[in-house]
Amino acid sequence: MNVFLARHGRPLISITILVLLFTYFISIHPRGLTLGVVTAWSNQGTALALLAVGQTIVVMSRGIDLSIGPILALSNCVASHLVDGTPAEIALGVVAVVLVGTACGTLNGLVVVFGRLQAIIATLATGAIFSGLALIVRPIPGGSIDAAFADVMTWTVADTIPAAFLVIAGSALIWYPIRKTRTGRTIVAAGSLENAAYASGLPVRRAKVLAYALSGFFASLGGLYIGFQTLSGDPSIGLSYTLNSIAAVVIGGTALTGGVGYVIGSIAGALILRTIGSLIFFNGIDPLAQPFFEGMVLLSAVAFGSLRLLRITHRLEMFK
Amino acid sequence: MSDVSVTKARPKLPVDGPTLANILAILALLVIGGLQYPQFFSPTYLAQQLQTGAFLGIVSAGAMLVILLGHIDLSVPWTMTAGATVATAVVGSDPQPWISETGLLAGLLVGATIGLVNGIGVAILRIPSMIWTLATNNVILGVLVYFSGYYARASQPSTLMTWFGTGRTAGLPNILIAWAVVSLVVLFVLRRTTYGRNIYMVGTSEVTAYLTRLPARGVIVASFVFAGLCSAFAGMLLAGYAGQSYQRMGDPYLLPGIAAVVLGGTSLFGGRGNYSGTVAGAILITLLASVLSIMQAPEALKQIAYGVVIIVMVGFYSLRDTRS
Repeated sequence: MNVFLARHGRPLISITILVLLFTYFISIHPRGLTLGVVTAWSNQGTALALLAVGQTIVVMSRGIDLSIGPILALSNCVASHLVDGTPAEIALGVVAVVLVGTACGTLNGLVVVFGRLQAIIATLATGAIFSGLALIVRPIPGGSIDAAFADVMTWTVADTIPAAFLVIAGSALIWYPIRKTRTGRTIVAAGSLENAAYASGLPVRRAKVLAYALSGFFASLGGLYIGFQTLSGDPSIGLSYTLNSIAAVVIGGTALTGGVGYVIGSIAGALILRTIGSLIFFNGIDPLAQPFFEGMVLLSAVAFGSLRLLRITHRLEMFK
Repeated sequence: MSDVSVTKARPKLPVDGPTLANILAILALLVIGGLQYPQFFSPTYLAQQLQTGAFLGIVSAGAMLVILLGHIDLSVPWTMTAGATVATAVVGSDPQPWISETGLLAGLLVGATIGLVNGIGVAILRIPSMIWTLATNNVILGVLVYFSGYYARASQPSTLMTWFGTGRTAGLPNILIAWAVVSLVVLFVLRRTTYGRNIYMVGTSEVTAYLTRLPARGVIVASFVFAGLCSAFAGMLLAGYAGQSYQRMGDPYLLPGIAAVVLGGTSLFGGRGNYSGTVAGAILITLLASVLSIMQAPEALKQIAYGVVIIVMVGFYSLRDTRS
């Protein structure tokens, strides 16, 4: 039991908080627990959850992806041009959007690994480039995305389960098999002790590029999903998504120091952030108070992490 | 022994490699701009560029002290907005000069308080600065939005703020003088005070600094307070320059502020960097935006050029470091 808690304790806390918040949300919602309410709720959190998965993978490798929001915006803008028309055209469009996002992520990885730039500054710079490209692709919000296909993705499967649930579950299911591979394990190993991983002959460079590529991949899925909700493209949505994805990762219990990470926790973190927004709306609290509550939740979540200071037995442990 | 380390940490030339690279890039931009538009070389135009660059310069002066410690301050945007909003709110409460000018003090107090909270979270609660300052930024945003809605209640700057933002003394824009004063303070602190030396020590290795009984926590808290003061000051000057305070006024200064410091050759891992580079970096970023504006490049192209310049220059520094 103790081993289980030590390994899964932090994401379990965020999942518990999410369950509590969700129960409260359903209890005050005028329509209660219906499929429609759950679908609308999960749709709201899907893009951020996808982004949080990508950010977690990069954070595990001891990096950070500040360009994740711009990649999401760029993918969203590309989707507003390509994901429309006949089924074959839609399918090709989705593939193209995912390729664009993954290519952006791979570029980040190459700049970090071979350009030897610190992740913060490298992704800050590439983020500016991706924002610029998004503005070129779609200077003002607009475009169109096939409404029938978008309905499928934002409604329910066989009237039993919201499609968004499957999308979110799918993102975790993509990651766990990758983590079992040699390169996937190296992502975590490189975040823990890069030199040791390198000296042990692990493919550190390939693993880091893969981490950023996956981040771009999940960001493009997020951009697509926003497109399904709004049926259009908007180049300006990037910055807040970047910051919220980091917030979701931290609320989910992943430390920014790398070497360990909880994809499920980050998904819970993303949904917590979105549920707070809905709670404020249905509680009749002034919507202007929403940013304040979100900030306080993030502040409490990170302050919670400093409880470890009470457990240290040796002062030098403070600097870990 | 001590002589050796002093010379190493404090280069004799005020102009080091990255600063020189920035100056070369600035000259190249001036030539490119000047070939197309001769008025580029006129003192009026150059003074105007430095004037718009001063806000970024003051923000990056504060950002530099924090980055030298290996930390980062993401609360810049709403610290700027909070400083300006509180200052103009005091002005709005009573336009009597002796009351409205206390708005400046109130704004600085807000900046120092935010910096203090940032510093305590990072130095004493041991929370990664990137997350802690992101959270405080969101809380300030929340407080401001909640109390004033999406527009500031009283947004008129005081007489002194307007004088700072738009006035001139002996032909020089006052805001440029303000930037110069902030720069001299930072230069003096970094090169001539124990606190300045300690910043480099703590930035190089906090554990070692702690074990040698340097006041590591105090250094971190003080630097965040200084960064908060700089952000709030820049916010109030911006309000004076623009004639009002407004929500999101600080947003365009967060990432460029960090970029200016990094372009100037300061390492984000801390412990290394010269202030002259930060000044040159701030000028380079301002000039780049201006050259592209004058060439009527669309916003998209500006963003791309900005990203490419950072990657090329910082990539160049890191390649140089690897070789040496």
